[in-house]
Amino acid sequence: MEIPSWQRASALVGTFGILLAACGSNAPAASSAPSAAQSAAASASSAPKQARGAGGNLNILYWEAPTILDPHLATGTKDFDASRLVLEPLADWDPSAKPVPELAAEIPTVANGGVSTDLTSVTWKLKPGLKWSDGSAFSSSDVVFTYKLMCDKTAGTSTFGYCDNVDSVTAPDANTVVVKYKTPNANFYQWGVGENTDIVQEAQFKSCTGAALKNCPANLKPIGTGPYMVKDFKPGDVVDYALNPNFRDPNKPFFKTVTFKGGGDATSAARACFETGQVDYAWNLQVAASVLKPMMDASSAKCRMVTAYGNSTERLLLNRANPDASLGDKRSEPGQGDSSSWPAGVKHPFLSDPHVRRALAMASDRDSIATQLYGGITGRPTCDVVSGPPPVVSPALKNSDVCKFDINAAKKELQDDGWIPGPDGVRAKNGVKLNIIFQTTTNDLRQKEQAILKQGWEQAGFGVTLRNSSASTFFTNTAPDGANKFYADVEMFTNSGDPDPTALFQNYTCDQMAAKANNWNNGGYERYCNKQFDALWASSKKETDPEKRDVIFQQMNQWVAEHVVDITLVDRTNVSSAASKDLKGLQPNGWASEMWNIADWYK
Amino acid sequence: MAAIQAEIAVGGGEALRPARSLWRDAWYTFTRDKLAVAGLAVTIVIVILVLGGPYVWTKSKDALDYGIALQPPTLAHPFGTDDLGRDMLARVLFGGRISIAVGVVSIVIAMTLGTAIGAFAGYFGKLDNLLMRVTDIFLSLPTLPVLLVLIYLFRDTLQRTLGEVEGIFVMIVAVIGVLNWMPVARLVRASFLSLKQKEFVEAARCIGATDARIIFQHLLPNALSPVLVAATIGVGGAIITESTLSFLGLGFPSDVPTWGRLLYDAQNYLDIAPYTSIFPGLAIFLIVLSINYVGDGLRDALDPRHRQR
Repeated sequence: MEIPSWQRASALVGTFGILLAACGSNAPAASSAPSAAQSAAASASSAPKQARGAGGNLNILYWEAPTILDPHLATGTKDFDASRLVLEPLADWDPSAKPVPELAAEIPTVANGGVSTDLTSVTWKLKPGLKWSDGSAFSSSDVVFTYKLMCDKTAGTSTFGYCDNVDSVTAPDANTVVVKYKTPNANFYQWGVGENTDIVQEAQFKSCTGAALKNCPANLKPIGTGPYMVKDFKPGDVVDYALNPNFRDPNKPFFKTVTFKGGGDATSAARACFETGQVDYAWNLQVAASVLKPMMDASSAKCRMVTAYGNSTERLLLNRANPDASLGDKRSEPGQGDSSSWPAGVKHPFLSDPHVRRALAMASDRDSIATQLYGGITGRPTCDVVSGPPPVVSPALKNSDVCKFDINAAKKELQDDGWIPGPDGVRAKNGVKLNIIFQTTTNDLRQKEQAILKQGWEQAGFGVTLRNSSASTFFTNTAPDGANKFYADVEMFTNSGDPDPTALFQNYTCDQMAAKANNWNNGGYERYCNKQFDALWASSKKETDPEKRDVIFQQMNQWVAEHVVDITLVDRTNVSSAASKDLKGLQPNGWASEMWNIADWYK
Repeated sequence: MAAIQAEIAVGGGEALRPARSLWRDAWYTFTRDKLAVAGLAVTIVIVILVLGGPYVWTKSKDALDYGIALQPPTLAHPFGTDDLGRDMLARVLFGGRISIAVGVVSIVIAMTLGTAIGAFAGYFGKLDNLLMRVTDIFLSLPTLPVLLVLIYLFRDTLQRTLGEVEGIFVMIVAVIGVLNWMPVARLVRASFLSLKQKEFVEAARCIGATDARIIFQHLLPNALSPVLVAATIGVGGAIITESTLSFLGLGFPSDVPTWGRLLYDAQNYLDIAPYTSIFPGLAIFLIVLSINYVGDGLRDALDPRHRQR
């Protein structure tokens, strides 16, 4: 159940989760240079002899089954991906984090006049002659309707965050859409690019606005413009698709039908592709490299890995507030002002000490985790909490001492700061012992990561107790064992977001500290507050020069690592799937749905 | 009684045979049962191994060594290594302590509760209805949700007062015990109901035996055999329940390698490194099997109707 799915799910659970918050951002995504997308399948050079419907059935296995086919009510990657075969946005992110047109005829930029110079207005021209799968004409009024539908607060959509700062979406004519922002928005593709703004049909959803959306039958069988249409959908089990006869490209899609099956777990999904070849595509194989590699290397392997990096990072969050259970309601509650200035009792008994955090970082063996558990296939070591697109990665962190695994340096850091080992090997100072409760989700891979980290930390002089709880509990904002309440000292999970990192960094600002007052919905689980960092973040929102913004993002990455706000461990592939060796035309994409170019797939 | 026995002894010409008691007879019968003795021996050997083993086999159960991950058994690592290069023998030895302790202690709790409730229900007719309805209620409790609720409610408190691992041990043992006494209560009650009509009980009552004496002296020993069999099966069940809890992330912390946990960790390596699952699996298999044989032997030994063979 791991990666992108619950990251997203987790974001959705908290109203202000990562993706949702991804909207408050002002970053020019256009600035992002090509990402390190690894394309296992070479870029789809426009396929030879592929003709519409020439292929038979395509079997896709998602071990989390889709439960709804409306992305605006999606509860996880599975739902976004299953709807993406049917519904499309104006434009989507390509593997290099650049926008690529879908329903739009071209990408508006400042240079071509599509974006106003004050960055408040974006004019989209639609492709002419587009049709819905039911044969009716697609027009700009559908786009305007979609905006109103998803941005209606009473509808409770999961994509609502993308409406932030959007003033209006209007249709001056049937082929033109104008998106206006309230304030200049350097991230002017916020509304329009990506699966979060998939366009639905006005005629079908007309009677489903506001609170009625939740129970709308159209959520289970949306009419779309994409390469496929829903033939049959059993929520929580399987989706059957048939090709859309009105799809705009007369030669696509290649496969006549698609079966999108849910269920099982990551390991069985891997076996279904590599060993038995029952499926052509198996999603999200987050299993330990020691399990995956023998399957991949077997001469009889029927599949190959398809991976792409985005900005999913596995990181350790260090609690700044005091999680002591004897505090009752005040447990893990943040104080006033900078977290370093909180009084004793409110601040964490030892993680508030920068030397302890530095020692913890130096005793964390990210290289072993990346090579032993991710095998270099689905992850690589990183110290940047926002690991992509490449221009935001801080070059300064390469030589930073907190990014290097060095037990002796960690010991020295603690010793010099007065933390002396006790008879049990756990260091203490003034009666405070360095005993860490370390929680994460229940997942084979994560428990192994815990074992590796524990060994290093214990050697440095920490006492470590491991805890884990199921992902669905862990990402529930009110669960006592959850990430949000954070009744522990250290916790671990993965975050990811859009190519524009503003929203990811927003989690480290003072306003975002999770607390009882916001029902633990805010994304700042580590309860970090620093006015200087807030100022840095605010400056990224004001900056309109893309290159200068990237420099600010690099500085924020550097800040988070060097102040040990968090400890970032591994840059994980955003796509970690297996595809049949015969399946061609894939373009693994760390910034969009894995299904983003399914129209180009062929055998 | 002694006089009668003496007379028989003289009459039978077996003057050298020592005075007979229930337990002496039982032991005599038990030692004639080869399987039971073998089971007892294996059980004792395993218990000694897991208790004393870690002092002899001093390799760490936690030391990681990626260079030797998933190695088949060698002299240095007789049970092989797991995927992080940890020594499996050390882990199996350590894990046995917890698994066996959980199994035994929780079943002792279940048996004590079940026997007491069953005895009261079977012997005192007035309590029967009430106690059996309570049993029905417990039987209809969905085990897993109850476990979840109990663990959420009490885990923190117990862990704070007793320690991280000890707290969860007490918790798990109590929960498994409290949710497993019902079949035993029914068995004991059924035996009591039929036994208390028997002539020897009526005779005892006639000569003025108290309720307590009838229960402990006459009824319980006769009702003990099904309890013991249920207990032996229960030990295996309890070990499995504990591993289910670990699986859900609610059992022991993931760095405490119980046998169930080791099996769970090994399931993905069945094809490439079967030894990671064979040894903990074998350990569970052996201990459950031999405890079962011991149980069978005890049943025969304790049942007066089986004795005079």
